[in-house]
Amino acid sequence: MSILNLFKVALRAIASNKFRSFLSMLGIIIGVAAVIIMMAIGQGSKESVRANIAQMGTNVIMIRPGAEMRGGVRQDPSAMQTLKQKDYELIEKNKKYVTYVSPEVTSSGQAIYGANNTTTSMYGEGIDYLRIKLWDIQDGDYFTEEDIKKSAKVCVVGKTIVDELFPDGSDPVGKTIRFKSIPMRIVGVLKSKGYNSWGMDQDNVMIAPYTTVMKRILAQTYYSSINCSAITEELTDDAIDELTATLRESHEIKSEDVDDFTIRSQQEMMETMSSTMDTITIILVVAAAFSLLVAGIGIMNIMLVSVTERTKEIGLRMSVGARGIDISNQFLIESVLISITGGILGILIGWLGTLLCAQFGLPASIPLWSIFVSFAVCTVIGIGFGYFPAQKAARMDPIEAIRYE
Amino acid sequence: MVATKAAATTKTVRRDNFLPENISLQVILLNRQTMEEKKEDSRKVVIELQNVKRYFKVGDETVKALRGVSFKIYEGEFVTIMGTSGSGKSTLLNQLGCLDTPTSGEYFLDGTPVRKMSKSQRAKLRNRKIGFVFQNYNLLPKTTAVENVELPLMYNKKYNAAQRREAAIKALQAVGLGDRLEHKSNQMSGGQMQRVAIARALVNDPAVVLADEATGNLDTRTSFEMLVLFQELYHQGRTIIFVTHNPDIAKYSSRNINLRDGKIREDVVNNNILSAADALASLPAPQDD
Repeated sequence: MSILNLFKVALRAIASNKFRSFLSMLGIIIGVAAVIIMMAIGQGSKESVRANIAQMGTNVIMIRPGAEMRGGVRQDPSAMQTLKQKDYELIEKNKKYVTYVSPEVTSSGQAIYGANNTTTSMYGEGIDYLRIKLWDIQDGDYFTEEDIKKSAKVCVVGKTIVDELFPDGSDPVGKTIRFKSIPMRIVGVLKSKGYNSWGMDQDNVMIAPYTTVMKRILAQTYYSSINCSAITEELTDDAIDELTATLRESHEIKSEDVDDFTIRSQQEMMETMSSTMDTITIILVVAAAFSLLVAGIGIMNIMLVSVTERTKEIGLRMSVGARGIDISNQFLIESVLISITGGILGILIGWLGTLLCAQFGLPASIPLWSIFVSFAVCTVIGIGFGYFPAQKAARMDPIEAIRYE
Repeated sequence: MVATKAAATTKTVRRDNFLPENISLQVILLNRQTMEEKKEDSRKVVIELQNVKRYFKVGDETVKALRGVSFKIYEGEFVTIMGTSGSGKSTLLNQLGCLDTPTSGEYFLDGTPVRKMSKSQRAKLRNRKIGFVFQNYNLLPKTTAVENVELPLMYNKKYNAAQRREAAIKALQAVGLGDRLEHKSNQMSGGQMQRVAIARALVNDPAVVLADEATGNLDTRTSFEMLVLFQELYHQGRTIIFVTHNPDIAKYSSRNINLRDGKIREDVVNNNILSAADALASLPAPQDD
């Protein structure tokens, strides 16, 4: 029988048992919709995490003192004081794959202006810090090279601090606030960045020249870390190699010894986050896929009933010349039609569900391939679970089948 | 064996309606020699069974359903195969319909040996050479007359949709249902359904029409209507095999093969074929209450 006629016969069989066919489709519909929604949420979360990280610059490289923590062993405090001025200078001198370098020292404490105060973090940074972090000044200016040389008591502040210390809305630029009782003149206000994906307020910061923070606030001679940026995201690995070589040279580390510093890249963090999200997505999708398996068994069940019910029809078709393969094709196409129709409805419902999720603020985006995969899986289910009933039909003895009551 | 040969040699008497009714088989047998030489080769053999045996294993026992059956059926014959239940009638029908193969012996359908054919080869053979008419019609439910009749042609790639429909309409017109093409099977009477089934059996222009108790589910009047139809087909030159346990039907056929215990008990040519149309006319008119 031609494919077209097989489809007609299968459609008629499905139409003559509408409710039953719909029930067996329902399993597929729910299964596919669940898989689509899970994949969409997984993909959406991944994209939002990526976007968050990308916002902080995808080519950022962070150098921290001390070797990587191994097995929770606490490091010698002196090991945390290894990043010094000469490292910074050597990096600047040797840079090839690195564009910007900014030493960093951090502190936290209270900032006061008049009767208002707020607790904030103080970052001592180099001249290129904003270029590394892709950050902009909204009002005023960033401090200058000159300020760094002089350890000038100037700072730029984030929007949260402006809101807390200047609730009346007056212009903060040019005002002098106190941080840990040291007066600091505000030279600029940072553009608001909002909260990051870990819920940290990125606007609750003060940035001052690193020399100022080191000498006037902390009185220390080492850096907390050094931030760099690679030329491009793709050249991050080369930049890391370059930095490692420079620092090993600067720290005079013998070739058999391990590094006394740790280099992390934003790219690496992004990959770690992505792979974590992938794992979660896989777990969700596997759980949803089990419902598809159950749906497949449901289809097989209904096809077996259908085959038994239509024994006489099978006998008739065989006696007028249907071969086993004609009969098995007929039932296979029927089960494939049920599962694919269910799959299409499932994709539609999954799409609606995704829109609903988006309404509730869940990040969700349907990856295009998940639609193709759902479609393929439905076809495989239709053929896989339809095969046994179809074979049962094809192997019938026409003599017995036609006399079946 | 004698009876078989007699049947083979006396084919021409079929249309010799002037022959007196009381001419016995023996008289014809006297002329056997001369007639055999003259007539045998002129008719085409549609079905030939050579010592066909069919045994079934049921547990440890072997049931011998057919114990060596041989006969030839020529083109244009209307043969009834009779026998009580257990006589091997159904088994023989399954053999003739290529639904089953002999344990031993050989069966030629329209010259093709069937015994060693595979299942799908036999399916194709059934599709091209045989038209089945079943006792309980076996129409597809909720399907129109035309679609039911088209069914065998669905499994024949030589027909496209238009040709299928054309052939189906022609077959339905031939059985007097030209005005009920789009009626569904559940909107028809038993007689109409059986006509559709006969049309389905004719649509592939088969070498032989095999009817299995085709009047078994019908009342007397409708049964005679069916017999009228079968006789029309016979007069058109169709080869018909009608399996039945009803001895009356033999009177309307051209030849009767009687089975008992898996063997042919009797194979006689009927020289006095009654007209089913006359019988139908003589039936008392249906009484309305």
